[in-house]
Amino acid sequence: MFLSNIETIPGKTISASHGVVSGSTVRAKHVGRDIMAGLKNIVGGELRGYTELLNESRDQAIERMKAQAQQMGANAIVNVRFSTSSVAVGAAEIYVYGTAVTVI
Amino acid sequence: MESLFPLLFWAVLLVLGFVFGQLNEKRHYRSIREREQAWLHLPATASRYRLLPGQVARSELVGGSVVVSVDYFKRAAAGLRSVVGGPVKSYESLLDRAKREAVLRLKESCPGAHEIVNLRLETASLSKNARGAIGAVEVFAFATAIYLADQVDAATKPA
Repeated sequence: MFLSNIETIPGKTISASHGVVSGSTVRAKHVGRDIMAGLKNIVGGELRGYTELLNESRDQAIERMKAQAQQMGANAIVNVRFSTSSVAVGAAEIYVYGTAVTVI
Repeated sequence: MESLFPLLFWAVLLVLGFVFGQLNEKRHYRSIREREQAWLHLPATASRYRLLPGQVARSELVGGSVVVSVDYFKRAAAGLRSVVGGPVKSYESLLDRAKREAVLRLKESCPGAHEIVNLRLETASLSKNARGAIGAVEVFAFATAIYLADQVDAATKPA
């Protein structure tokens, strides 16, 4: 599966388009991470636990999008975009979407 | 005496935030500058069009992200700033660091690539100013990394 966030897959030609595919996850952080983050909030700096958490969720959202594209018979997704929003305190939604295409 | 205790607690947090926050920031900026220098050979563009000529071998979607937290002092400074308005320097440097770090992580995730096109940055607040919540911001950088077929051509191309 080829992915890109531009209109084409560089070096390939699009032969068919299958429409929009998307994947999303909503994740909540667990309490242990939150306590550490609370401490970090005093001195500042990176919250590694959160970075990992969001990366995992993003990977999962991409996997879901890929599965959807595969079902349509596509072998690539172009114009992939991401969006993150915090739906509630302690939970974030990761949404990824793109256009499923067949490239040769 | 008893009423002084919360004030004292607050002052200690403020000092802790200031000392460690500044230390952290200096260290982070030093690391960012060094790594940016080291990654100069991998050009990035926000445009959809490629920078380098040559046959494309393959391309992939790459990303890098970082979640940074604001320290106690910066938050207090920003709170004061919002009374009179104007630029909030303490948050500017925090977001600047986060964005540069995210782009660096993106580049580090594709060491063999020749160029990065369509670089996009997304910033999301993870706290939404909720009371008692963690004041943190996520910056996510994503782009398409391009690997050229003839590496010799790219390497000998004048900068």
